[in-house]
Amino acid sequence: MTTHPVRFYQVGSFAAGNRLLDDDQRSVQADPNRSNSLDSGHRACQGCGEALGARYALDAAMRATHGQLVAVNATGCLEVFSTPYPETSWRIPWLHSLFGNAPAVATGVAAAMKVKGRRDVRVVAQAGDGGTVDIGLGCLSGMFERNDDVLFICYDNEAYMNTGVQRSGATPPAARTATTEAVGPEPGNVFGQGKDLPRIAMAHDIAYVATATVADLHDLEQKVERAMELRGARYIHILVPCPLGWGSDPSATIRVARLAKETGLFPVFEAENGVVTSASPIRRRTPVEAYLSIQRRYAHLFGEHPHTEVIARLQAIADKNIETYGLLDDEAKQATPEGIDE
Amino acid sequence: MLRQIEGSRAVAETVALCRPEVVCAYPISPQTHIIEALGAMVKSGSLTPCEFINVESEFAAMSVSIGASAAGARAYTATASQGLLFMLEAVYNAAGLGLPIVMTLANRAIGAPINIWNDHSDAMAVRDSGWIQLFAETNQEASDLHIQAFRLAEELSVPVMVCMDGFILTHAVEGIDVPEQSVVDAFLPPYEPRQVLDPADPVSIGAMVGPEAFEEVRYLAHLRQLDALERIPSLAEAFAEAVGRPSGGLLHAYRTADAETIVVALGSVLGTIKDAVDARREAGERIGVVGITAFRPFPGDAVRAALSGARRVVVVEKAFSIGFGGVLSTDVAMATHGGPGSLRTVIAGLGGRPITRRSLEVMLVAAGQDQLPPLTFLDLDHAIVERERGRMTRTRRSGPSAENILRDLGTVASRIG
Repeated sequence: MTTHPVRFYQVGSFAAGNRLLDDDQRSVQADPNRSNSLDSGHRACQGCGEALGARYALDAAMRATHGQLVAVNATGCLEVFSTPYPETSWRIPWLHSLFGNAPAVATGVAAAMKVKGRRDVRVVAQAGDGGTVDIGLGCLSGMFERNDDVLFICYDNEAYMNTGVQRSGATPPAARTATTEAVGPEPGNVFGQGKDLPRIAMAHDIAYVATATVADLHDLEQKVERAMELRGARYIHILVPCPLGWGSDPSATIRVARLAKETGLFPVFEAENGVVTSASPIRRRTPVEAYLSIQRRYAHLFGEHPHTEVIARLQAIADKNIETYGLLDDEAKQATPEGIDE
Repeated sequence: MLRQIEGSRAVAETVALCRPEVVCAYPISPQTHIIEALGAMVKSGSLTPCEFINVESEFAAMSVSIGASAAGARAYTATASQGLLFMLEAVYNAAGLGLPIVMTLANRAIGAPINIWNDHSDAMAVRDSGWIQLFAETNQEASDLHIQAFRLAEELSVPVMVCMDGFILTHAVEGIDVPEQSVVDAFLPPYEPRQVLDPADPVSIGAMVGPEAFEEVRYLAHLRQLDALERIPSLAEAFAEAVGRPSGGLLHAYRTADAETIVVALGSVLGTIKDAVDARREAGERIGVVGITAFRPFPGDAVRAALSGARRVVVVEKAFSIGFGGVLSTDVAMATHGGPGSLRTVIAGLGGRPITRRSLEVMLVAAGQDQLPPLTFLDLDHAIVERERGRMTRTRRSGPSAENILRDLGTVASRIG
């Protein structure tokens, strides 16, 4: 990703307004001729981060490929809310096969396009975190290892939301889900080893790996466009808050995503050929409480008897990310840690 | 031209003549020689244009085939046994989506206990998946069926599985004729998909379908299989005309004209059965054979007609439904209800147990004397089973049964054959 010198960001969001950018750097969504790959009228919940992320990602991919795009979808919320016929929201060729095979199906589509001499037609496969880090991981690793010409996008909302918010391998420690209930001496999800898919993808030495959130959609679009400039296996991991599963206000989806990044809990970076090439710096370091306390899935950590030691462990995860990815630039290091006032 | 080649080699060469555009491969015995040969053809450039993809599992093999087929490419893969079960979800999905993938199934037993040898448990496990299942009696037929399979699959938009007995056919070297490219090209037109992922004409494939339409979609799949019942004989005729030999069709009848007893079976065991039947004929018995080629769709009318003159039907099966009995027998019974007199099921050849002509003849003698029980396990060692049963009665912690039986048998290799 090319960094941009413009710093006229809005207070709080740090997002640069489109009007301050040159025409060719304005967002795809600002273009009245955008493709609307995932069209309005679908049945996603209010404030759905996944619908937002998919719309931006696919429209960016459509622009990058001049409309020559095929999408393969794993089973999950995105598949279900977009296609109850006769009301499909997809304006691009779209195939859903199964929960755990989207990477392999995409490999097949890419192989067909290659053998038919249609190298101009590009393939995006997409899945939620369950379809990516759990049930789809075998197929995904195979696709990476073969370096098939597929961009795989994970919309990570950190649990199995479509089936009713059960824990996935991407569910963070302490989070309450329907299978990691907020009961017992250690309520919520366990502190495991985690399953860091971006790093697992990087370990395959594929051309491009990036993370993004729906708080910085311009950054997301640029990463998708960068991914489509390259051939071979590519991976983008997008954090997409789920108001239903996370217990956050539907109007706070962007804010929650931004806090995930600003706390350091979700590092936003990109890597090429297995090496991190850039990380989006934290603008104003924010303690994890600011992120946790606005989500009911962490409500058991607060209240009359706050689990300060659990919050401290979560802060330690954020601190480690900040150090690992160098998320604090000079500007942020001088800023006083505080919550974002919006 | 007849050449002495391995069955797998013949199938690989024949599949190549069908110009597959995407071939996925995950190795499992006894399918390996087929995909190895195809891989070499693609890598050397003799099979082009074709993408040969070494996938990480059978689940991926079928999934890649699904993607390739939905994008308009002619897709082929091969598997067996555990591999078929591992891809089961995708096997159903390919049929549900109506994608004309062709797959060779090198029939093999399913574990546990793990066993690499031939029976038909794998094919029976996917009986209801919506795939057309064609069983080859010989390597020549296995080879020929693939050419018909691609055309059948693509005409109907239904996936087709060509079942050939693992090792017995896949690894047998015999005289096989693989047609010329021009003959296959004349028989098999290029794939024209009914649905395709095309940016110029975007469609959504694989949408959620609720109770309002699911039954209709399933019924349509049934109708297409019924269409296949019409199409399979006509394709076999067209094939015979184009290639100059009969191959395929719904079933093959052998010496059934005046037969009082008819043996029904699938696959390569029909050869041995015919030998046994010839021997019984010489002994004066009026006995014949019906070999079923199309197991799905099941040719009920043709089976009923073929068995209509028989007083006894003996179904020899290399698989069975545990806790019930024969699988093929059930279909035959349904097809002939109210028809011929007795129907007997003989389970034989499980896990590669040789089905000898001698054992078959002993069984057929009993059948001819109406002394065959409704369900027989051919050559079953009852003593060894009773020994393990006794052990299980005496001791709670009797241990793993398969290993106990092997220990009781001692050196088993010498017993095979």
